[in-house]
Amino acid sequence: MANVDQLGAAVAANTVIGPRGPKPRKRFSRNNIFLYGTLIVVGMYYLLPLYVMIITSLKGMPEIRLGNVFGPPLEVTFEPWVKAWAEACTGLDCTGLSKGFWNSVQILIPSVVLSIAVASVNGYALSLWKFKGSEVFFTILIIGAFIPYQTMLYPIVIMLREIGLMGDLWGLVLVHTVFGMPILTLLFRNYFASVPEELFKAARVDGARFWQIYFQIMLPMSLPIFVVAIILQVTGIWNDFLFGVIYTKPETYPMTVQLNNIVNSVQGVKEYNVNMAATLLTGLVPLVIYFASGKLFVRGIAAGAVKG
Amino acid sequence: MSHSVEIKKLDLEFGPVKVLQNLDLNINEGEFLVLLGSSGCGKSTLLNCIAGLLEVTDGQIFIKGNNVTWAEPSERGIGMVFQSYALYPQMTVRGNLSFGLKNAKVPKAEIDKRVARAAEILQIEPLLDRKPGALSGGQRQRVAIGRALVRDVDVFLFDEPLSNLDAKLRVDLRVELKRLHNQLQNTMIYVTHDQVEAMTLADRIAIMKGGKIMQLSSPDEIYNKPRNLYVADFIGSPSMNFLEGHLEGGTFKVDDMVMPMDGYEFVEAQPSDRPVVIGIRPEHVVTGELVKNLPLQYQVDIDLVEPMGSDTLVYAKLGKHPFRIRMDGQAVVKAGQTLEIGIDTSRASLFDKATEDRL
Repeated sequence: MANVDQLGAAVAANTVIGPRGPKPRKRFSRNNIFLYGTLIVVGMYYLLPLYVMIITSLKGMPEIRLGNVFGPPLEVTFEPWVKAWAEACTGLDCTGLSKGFWNSVQILIPSVVLSIAVASVNGYALSLWKFKGSEVFFTILIIGAFIPYQTMLYPIVIMLREIGLMGDLWGLVLVHTVFGMPILTLLFRNYFASVPEELFKAARVDGARFWQIYFQIMLPMSLPIFVVAIILQVTGIWNDFLFGVIYTKPETYPMTVQLNNIVNSVQGVKEYNVNMAATLLTGLVPLVIYFASGKLFVRGIAAGAVKG
Repeated sequence: MSHSVEIKKLDLEFGPVKVLQNLDLNINEGEFLVLLGSSGCGKSTLLNCIAGLLEVTDGQIFIKGNNVTWAEPSERGIGMVFQSYALYPQMTVRGNLSFGLKNAKVPKAEIDKRVARAAEILQIEPLLDRKPGALSGGQRQRVAIGRALVRDVDVFLFDEPLSNLDAKLRVDLRVELKRLHNQLQNTMIYVTHDQVEAMTLADRIAIMKGGKIMQLSSPDEIYNKPRNLYVADFIGSPSMNFLEGHLEGGTFKVDDMVMPMDGYEFVEAQPSDRPVVIGIRPEHVVTGELVKNLPLQYQVDIDLVEPMGSDTLVYAKLGKHPFRIRMDGQAVVKAGQTLEIGIDTSRASLFDKATEDRL
């Protein structure tokens, strides 16, 4: 009580001198030092390997043999990059990563387009055009997300063989489309479920049918969630190794498989600089996609998270 | 007068829940009908059934004599306005207005003509090329009304269209809606939980509870002659005072008070003696000089006074029963005083205590 009285007296006496306006903040408070210190340490932890990869890829082999892993290159050379792209050997084939890159592009584009097109219509139908058994259908689809891929590898080999797509790029496209379905459908369903129901009703009163509502009302509203889906699919499919190595053959190997073959070849000298350049080249596509659409990505994730 | 909308024995069930039960409703050509009730009474559900947005479990719906029970919403000749406006965010106002017409394959020239006319009626011409995001709440709701207007429909359906607007705008738009109805003379069905909107707009009000219509009559009759206790309690703000007592030989008795029911219009000629509830509206309690004109006076003890400017609300005790009285705004009363009041029983309502129906 005494404290309150003192405070009251102080307030009465010092109305002008007392705290006023925005509360001042210390720049180097203990909290800030701790926060930024942690961030810097964690950032270094993740960036150091990247740094080593980049400088190693710019060094010649003699310089690498000196063993100074963290030192910057004395003589910058882009030869390892050129070699990784066009000349590195996998077995007898010495065309570098370029063939794998184009294979990957040919797998990536149809897989991303097809999986997102089907999943968005799935999500739209499952959230707004509920039919008898739609919840059961959705549950079954979601269960698919929890089954380990490895258990399905061989059954898929048989299925692809039976329909004549084993070893074909389109076989791999089909596999990627199917395996993207559970998570993408969930993503789109939750997004469309957050669209006000009255908007959908208004469109129905206005005489729009299933496809008109999808294309004219829902699609223009859902750019952020499409960006999320594109990022998920591009990174997932580009980085895929397991399906790529199993369902294709050497002429149609995606980039990741070829990278593995270059890096893990046991014959001859280990060309660390070429390996680093090849790895960086392979990782470039998801990185570019992520940096180009990072802001939209965050917005889309948040939009989908509001209601689910 | 022909019926514009006819609903016959409508049932709607969501699983085990019966939302609408054996509901019959006839709406006249050009009528403004308000569906009024607290949330969960089935009023919006009924409107969605009429619109064709919900499939009915049983029963039939006729619009202009056509059985539309199985028809698509766009084939029913209805336009609908929603609480959240539900404008298509990526289209301009013009795009919003013409979307339904384009779907119906109306020729371009005709679309332009109808959009221009609707824009003129609703005074939204300067807004036609803006997107909904750049409009205020009132403007958005006008566009939403316009979307129903351009389609040249027989029946307008409103689902709590003013609930998202602020108080002043709500009053303005309410007046505009009434003017619009006078001008267009369309059938309008309007869902609300706001009794002021219902009383001011409606030709007839249907008060709903638990999926049934409790009373369907003019606002005047609903206010003055509520058919049962629920309606009596629901309509009026502040709500009616209820006293439980006995009807003995045409006189209401509670504790040691008597209220002769002279001048009260009984539904049946000579109701027998039974336990009853009397309902007296706070604004029908007589105070001041006029009390002398009534045969009997009563004393109330004032608990609390709420001055509201236009009138004063008095919370008092009549005997041991809480009793609200609405007095003139300039009345000088204070808590703790006693007040002499009179009760005009010809304006009161009597209900059977067991059945809760009007006597």
